[in-house]
Amino acid sequence: MAVRGPVADAGPTAAQLSPLEAQRSPTAAQLSPTAAQRSPTAERGPTEAQRGLLRFITCGSVDDGKSSLIGRLLYESKMVFDDQFEALREDSRKAGTRGGEPDFALLVDGLAAEREQGITIDVAYRFFNTERRKFIVADTPGHEQYTRNMVTGASTADLAVILIDARKGVLTQTRRHSYLASLLGIRHVVLAVNKMDLVDYSEEVFRRIDGEYREFARHLSQGAITCIPVSAVAGDNITSRSANTPWYSGPALLQYLESVDVPDAVQGAAFRLPVQWVNRPNAEFRGFAGLIASGTVRPGDALRVLPGGRTSRVAKVFTGEGESTAAVAGQSVTLTLADEIDVSRGDVLAAADAPPAVANQFEATIIWMHDEPLLQGRAYLLKLATKTVTATVAPIKYRVNVHTMEHLAAKKLDLNDIGVCGLELNSAIAFEPYEINRTLGGFILIDRMSNNTVGAGLLHFALRRSQNVHWQALDVNKNARARLSHQKPCVLWFTGLSGAGKSTIANLVEKQLHAEGRHTYLLDGDNVRHGLNKDLGFTDEDRVENIRRVAEVARLMVDAGLIVMVSFISPFRSERRMARALLQEGEFIEIFVDTPLGWAEARDAKGLYKKARLGELKNFTGIDSPYETPENPELRLDTTLMSPEAAAARVLGFLRDAGVIDVGFDPGI
Amino acid sequence: MSALDYLQRLEAESIHIFREVIAECERPVLLYSVGKDSSVMLHLARKAFAPAKPPFPLLQIATGWDFREMLEFRDATARQFGLDLLVHTNEEGTRAGVTPWTHGAAYSDIMLTEALRQALDKHGFDAAFGGGRRDEEKSRAKERVFSFRSAQHRWDPKNQRPELWSLYNALKHRGESIRVFPLSNWTEQDVWQYIHAQQIPIVPLYFAKPRPVVRRDGRLIMVDDERLPLSAGDRIETLNVRFRTLGCYPLTGATPSDAADVPAVMREMLTFRTSEREGRGVDKDGAASLEKRKLEGYF
Repeated sequence: MAVRGPVADAGPTAAQLSPLEAQRSPTAAQLSPTAAQRSPTAERGPTEAQRGLLRFITCGSVDDGKSSLIGRLLYESKMVFDDQFEALREDSRKAGTRGGEPDFALLVDGLAAEREQGITIDVAYRFFNTERRKFIVADTPGHEQYTRNMVTGASTADLAVILIDARKGVLTQTRRHSYLASLLGIRHVVLAVNKMDLVDYSEEVFRRIDGEYREFARHLSQGAITCIPVSAVAGDNITSRSANTPWYSGPALLQYLESVDVPDAVQGAAFRLPVQWVNRPNAEFRGFAGLIASGTVRPGDALRVLPGGRTSRVAKVFTGEGESTAAVAGQSVTLTLADEIDVSRGDVLAAADAPPAVANQFEATIIWMHDEPLLQGRAYLLKLATKTVTATVAPIKYRVNVHTMEHLAAKKLDLNDIGVCGLELNSAIAFEPYEINRTLGGFILIDRMSNNTVGAGLLHFALRRSQNVHWQALDVNKNARARLSHQKPCVLWFTGLSGAGKSTIANLVEKQLHAEGRHTYLLDGDNVRHGLNKDLGFTDEDRVENIRRVAEVARLMVDAGLIVMVSFISPFRSERRMARALLQEGEFIEIFVDTPLGWAEARDAKGLYKKARLGELKNFTGIDSPYETPENPELRLDTTLMSPEAAAARVLGFLRDAGVIDVGFDPGI
Repeated sequence: MSALDYLQRLEAESIHIFREVIAECERPVLLYSVGKDSSVMLHLARKAFAPAKPPFPLLQIATGWDFREMLEFRDATARQFGLDLLVHTNEEGTRAGVTPWTHGAAYSDIMLTEALRQALDKHGFDAAFGGGRRDEEKSRAKERVFSFRSAQHRWDPKNQRPELWSLYNALKHRGESIRVFPLSNWTEQDVWQYIHAQQIPIVPLYFAKPRPVVRRDGRLIMVDDERLPLSAGDRIETLNVRFRTLGCYPLTGATPSDAADVPAVMREMLTFRTSEREGRGVDKDGAASLEKRKLEGYF
C-alpha cells in the first residue's frame, strides 16, 4: 500500500484524484463533475453539525449490485481515501468481478469469508455525507437465509432502497424485501432499477418494471414509492441525471436522498420516556434517566408512571447541556419529579392525560432469528424498551409466506419465519402499537438458556381477555380458598426418567395427604395423555405443548386451592422453567426423582425401554431423546438410596418445613 | 428525521448506550486509550451520569512505548474528573524484551491484545467500553454496538446477536463479556465536529508544532525519547507535524501540518486523501488483519 506524504502533495488536484477518473467507462463523462466541484472550503467544517440525518437500508437479490451501488455512493461523496482506493485496486485484481477494473463491491464486503465467497453475509453500516445531509446506510444481504439481517437493518431505517436488476425485473426476493420493509414501518421506498446499461437504457424496460412493482406494492402498507433507473457500475442517475436516460425526468438517486422529507411522527405525539436508570448520587437528587420515545417534556408537566399508575409533576429537565426548559423525542434526558414516588427501570413516564395502554396479553408479529425453532408454549425473555419480562407464545395464529403473503397454519416458527402469535407476559407492561411507536411496540425475544437473541417482534394490540382475567381475580381468590382448607396450594412437580418411580412416590404422598384431610389432585403423565392430550405425539413441539397444557391445568388447580402432584417425565429444562414461571414464587416445587438409566431400564415395568432399544419407540427419553437433569430442584430423591416409602416421607417432611401444610391443623376435630 | 441535528442524535444515542450498560452489567470499565475518541467517550459518559460521576473506572493499556504527552494527559484527566484510573502493562512481555522493532506484528498482539485480556480477566470486568467506530475499517462496519465475547475473549462474526432498534441484549454467562462501542455510528469527522462544538480537551499531539522526527519506511516517526534506535544514516529533523491517530510512538506516523487548533485540523481533514488508520503501522499486514486480530480479542 502506498503511503501518501504530507498535505502539500495530497491536495485534490485533478491529476492526483484517484486513478478511477481516468479508468471510468465512457458514461462517466456524463456524471456531474462532483470531484472537482466538491473542493474543500474553509467555511464548511464547523457548520456541518446542523445538517439532518437520513438512515436508509439497501436491499436486493444476490448480484443486483447493492454493494456496487453503496461503493459508488461512498466514492461519489468522496468517502473513499486514497489508501482505501489503493487497497480496492489491489483486491480488485485478486478477487474482483470486473476484469481487474476497480470493483466497488469490494469496498464494502468486509469479512474475509465474504470476500472469498463474493457474497454479503452480515448487515454492515456505512457512512457518507453530502452538503445537505448525513447518511447512515445499512447494507443488508439478499440471501433468503439472512432475512434476520434485513429486519435488523430495517428496524432503524427511515427509507429503503430496493434494487432490481433491469434484466430480471420484479423477483420473489424483491417482494420479500418490500414486505419486510413495510412490516418494519418504512414508509418511503426507492426502487432503483439497476444495470440499465445492460438493457441499452430502455425506457420500455424501466416502465414495465415500474408498473409491475407498483401493482404488487398496492397490497403493502407502503407510503411513497419512487422508481429511478440507474447503473451503479457506470454511474448513471446516481449523483445527477444521466444523458443516457433522456426520457427520465425524475431526480437522480443522491438528489432524491438529499431532499426527501421523512417526517418524524413521534415528535408530535404524547410524551413517553422509558426509564433506563435511576440516578441517585446523593440523598437530595433522584433523577430518572432515559431516551425520550415520543413527544416533548417541560418542567411542570403532569406525568403518570406506568404500569403502576401513580402521578406526579416534572420538577426539572436535564439534557446533555445541563438544566433545560424542554426536551424532545430522541434526546437522552434525566428528569426529577415533584413527589417522592417509586419509579424504577422498566417503568414508562408518560403524559398524565394521554397515557399508553397497559396489558399482559397481545397479538404480535414475530420474526424468528434462530436455528432452534420457536415453539408454542415455550417461555422466553421479552425485552421492550427498558423492560424485560417473561413471555409465552400461545398460540401461533399463522405463519406468513413472505413470497406470496399467504397465511399458513403453523405450530412452530423456523429460522427466518414470520408469524402472527398470541403473547402472554408474566407481568403487565405499558406499550403502544408498533405502527404508532417503534420504541414501545418493538421487542426482542431472548432464550433463557443460551442468552441469545432469538427473535424480534412487533406488538399490534392487547387482547381484551387479559383485562377480563384481572377483574375476575378479585373477590374469592387463591388465598381465601387456601385459608379455608388450611393448606398452601402448590405444585409438586415430579420429574425423572420413565420407570424412575415418580408415580409410585406421588401416589404415596397423595394417600398420606388425603388421610390428613388435605385437598389434593394427582396429574399423571400417562393418564393425561389418554384424555386432555390425546391429540399430541412425541415430537419436540408436541412435548412442549403437552407440558404447557399440564402446567396450565396445574395452575388452575393451584388457583382452586389444591396441592397438585404432577408426575411427568418432563425432560426439558426450558419446559419445567416455563411451568415454574406460570406459578408464583414458592408455589412450584420441583422434585427430581433421580434414578440412573441402568436401574430404570432394568426395572422396565412397562416394557418401554425394550421397545425403544428395538427402535419401535422413537424419541424415547434416555434412549434417543435427552433428559436434562434439574440444576436446582427443591428436592432430589435418590432412589438408589431410599425406598418409595422413605422418599414419600421426605416429600412430606419438606412440605411441613416449607409451611405448605399446617402442622397444627387437626381435621378430625 | 427528528428536529434534532445530527450531532445531537449521535450524542443521545451514545448516552443511551452508556446507561444501558450500567443498568444491565455488573462490572463495566472504560478502555481509555487517551486518544481523541477516548476523550469524546469520556465526555459522553460524564454527561450520561451527571450529576453523578461515571460509575466505572478507566483502564489504560500501557505498552511502555506510549507518547509521554499521552501519559501526562491521561493522569491530568483522571485527576481533573476524580475518576479511578487503572493502568495495566503486560509485564511478561516487558520482561521478555518485546519491543516494536524486535517483534514485528507480534508486538501488538502481546503488548496490546494480550495485555487487554489480562487486565479484563484480572479485574473480572464483564463489559468494556471501547472507542471503535464502524467507519474505521471494513470489518468494523459489521460490528455490533454490544459485541459479545466468549470467556476466551473471542469474537465470532458468524454468531453475533442481531441488534434491532435500540434494544441491546446484555445477558451473558459467567466469564463471558461484552465490548460496547458507544461511538459505533460516529465518523472521524463527527468526532472532530463534536470536539469543536463541545470544546473537549484532547492530547496536544493532535495539533501541529515543531517536533523531532526521523524518516522510517516512508513515515515520520517522532523521537519521543532516547530509546528509539537510530542508525548511522538517521537524521533527526525538527518539522512542524501533528498526529491524526495515536498509538505507540515508534509505530505512529506523523503528518506534516500547520494545523494548530481544532478548526484548522477540521479544515485540513477536508484535504486528506488517506484514511485515519493509514498512520498506524499495526493494521498493514494484509486486508483481513484487523478482522483477524478482533477474532483474538482486540478491540
